[in-house]
Amino acid sequence: MTIFTNARLIDPETQTDTLGWLRVEGDVIAESGAGTPPMGETVDCGGKCLAPGIVDLGVKVSEPGERHKESFASAGRAAAAGGVTTIVTRPDTLSAIDTPEVLEFVQRRAASDAIIKVKHLSALTKGREGREMVEIGFMRDAGAVAFTDCDHVIENTKVLQRALTYAKSCGALVIGHPQEPGLSKGAAATSGKFAALRGLPAVSPMAERMGLDRDLTLIEMTGVSYHFDQITTARALPALERAKQNGFDVTAGVSIHHLTLNELDVGDYRTFFKVKPPLRSEDDRLAMVEAVASGLIDVISSMHTPQDEESKRLPFEEAASGAVGLETLLPAALRLYHAGQLTLPELFRAMALNPAKRLGLASGRLTEGAPADLVLFDPDAPFVLDRFKLRSKSKNTPFDGARMQGIVKGTWVDGMRVFDG
Amino acid sequence: MAFRQKHLLGIEPLHPDEITTVLDVAERYVDLNRQADKHSDALKGLTQINMFFENSTRTQSSFELAGKRLGADVMNMAMQASSIKKGETLIDTALTLNAMHPDLLVVRHPHSGAVDLLAQKVNCAVLNAGDGKHEHPTQALLDALTIRRAKGRLHRLNIAICGDIAHSRVARSNLMLLGKMENRVRLVGPPTLVPQQFREFGCEIYDDMAEGLKDVDVVMMLRLQKERMDGGFIPSEREYFYRYGLDADKLAHAKPDAIVMHPGPMNRGVEIDGTIADDINRSVIQEQVEMGVAVRMAAMDLLARNLKASREEANGVMV
Repeated sequence: MTIFTNARLIDPETQTDTLGWLRVEGDVIAESGAGTPPMGETVDCGGKCLAPGIVDLGVKVSEPGERHKESFASAGRAAAAGGVTTIVTRPDTLSAIDTPEVLEFVQRRAASDAIIKVKHLSALTKGREGREMVEIGFMRDAGAVAFTDCDHVIENTKVLQRALTYAKSCGALVIGHPQEPGLSKGAAATSGKFAALRGLPAVSPMAERMGLDRDLTLIEMTGVSYHFDQITTARALPALERAKQNGFDVTAGVSIHHLTLNELDVGDYRTFFKVKPPLRSEDDRLAMVEAVASGLIDVISSMHTPQDEESKRLPFEEAASGAVGLETLLPAALRLYHAGQLTLPELFRAMALNPAKRLGLASGRLTEGAPADLVLFDPDAPFVLDRFKLRSKSKNTPFDGARMQGIVKGTWVDGMRVFDG
Repeated sequence: MAFRQKHLLGIEPLHPDEITTVLDVAERYVDLNRQADKHSDALKGLTQINMFFENSTRTQSSFELAGKRLGADVMNMAMQASSIKKGETLIDTALTLNAMHPDLLVVRHPHSGAVDLLAQKVNCAVLNAGDGKHEHPTQALLDALTIRRAKGRLHRLNIAICGDIAHSRVARSNLMLLGKMENRVRLVGPPTLVPQQFREFGCEIYDDMAEGLKDVDVVMMLRLQKERMDGGFIPSEREYFYRYGLDADKLAHAKPDAIVMHPGPMNRGVEIDGTIADDINRSVIQEQVEMGVAVRMAAMDLLARNLKASREEANGVMV
């Protein structure tokens, strides 16, 4: 039994931010309250924030295939240090996670190496090639929590329609990447003044809405449960809002990079800022922040994508996309808190409660009986990020050298301390 | 004299005074190039390496000639046939070359920003000879010199840049340079080839040649870059020529003394009528080529002076 005393409890379910204590019994949260805490072994939180551990939906761990970029061991350490207690891994590995056998392999690797909880996404089509659906039933039985081809948009609408119809019959959640593939082909930036100035191949932000519109139509046709991995443009929001109002089982996420950076951050072709979809305008960024605050966008993810130095030390067009984010998700998100745009309970609704609920996990809350997955952090403590101190094997963060606030003091998974900051 | 740059990567970082300085120095080299003895010792003892990752005849030979006339040791590397094909990265290639102690590196690359990347990794002066769809600064400078000589000034002119703006680094460098020197720039072409975002740089955009050319002082035609297109930008070359190709009828909308420019190589009968291109009263296309050598001599001369100054400073500190 452990009692966390003198804590600022961030409860995303009740949307409260109050001083109090929280008692953990074994691996679950037993009770919490204000006033005098019960007797027992205590952790004095010193008035800092105690929140449910982050559930990060859409993390790339480069096993199998590219373990030099990120392993379950290194990703686990990075997650623990970032206050992330559950990572939900992407299937865009080499090779793709598209059979129960490969899934079993990564589950075994995760169980033996990662110090935090790991859930796995499965590919939706074999090899993420958009031709034949995977064994959705078997994969569900084997533990896949949702199905996605990640950034490979299934171009053949008939294939997608069948996959969604079949997924619906299995009760499976499908995750899609809203993007019109023809328009976005080869694009390295969002079309606009900046891309024109830099001479970069660019995609209109409208390509996202076109992809979204198609997928929403198929959701209406099939009734499938669907989550959009990243909504990043203001013009896509009205359609999403309508779909939710019409009662479709649809949710949406956004990456932390699209909430805290804009296209101008690319500057002189800095490839660590090359992500997919490309960074957007400042207007779009602000619209996304507002959409998270209103709850229209449900989930904030790190979209952790490790890339080695070689794949980033290239001309911008040729450089690989993606940024690591497990350790920077919380401090970057706290920028929005310090800017007065989101409250801490709102942030943890999007980073813990909503992703857990969407995937049917019991974590992500401070409620009695929930797993004791917790993060203790000082939201104000300042630091300058040094990418070489990151625990990820890959160091491709856009926040290198950035002044940030928010230091994780401790992370607990099922009541066990996995990080001491 | 004001020219403080370590590299010439684009027009964007240049101050208007620096542009004027390059053009003034280039004027002197125009005179030199017209003499029987065209030799100067400005780059004596220095090594110039031309790295072209993309095919080029005109720009490469212009840089080569410029270097040779200034007394540099010039080496051309045909990068398409070299180690890039063997999987070497751009940065490794740069480091390899850097170890040979070049003083001036002239680089053309098919990707925007590649020359910037390379410049960060070497300790010599780098000249951008064209990177992707980004910049081609010496082309803009030679165009500016041509305009200044033909019009007697480089400000308050109406200049139309016509044709394939989208794929053109020449257009980007030119509209930036002409904007910095306080000219009015119009972009004219089919909307599929003229990014509307350029409005935000202060350009006016036209999709009709007659309107776009009305009363302009300078008509700058661009080559239709078929090799950069993946299809579907224009319905056919003949329709393109009919609607956007420069012929006598369309040119009649410009001022009577308007000059016609083209960075070459030309597609006669696609973006420009042959008789206009060859009309010595209107076309300054041959003059552009001549100015090209002089401007490149000036740019390399100025960069070499800064390079020598910074090396002397470094040596001074050591003593």
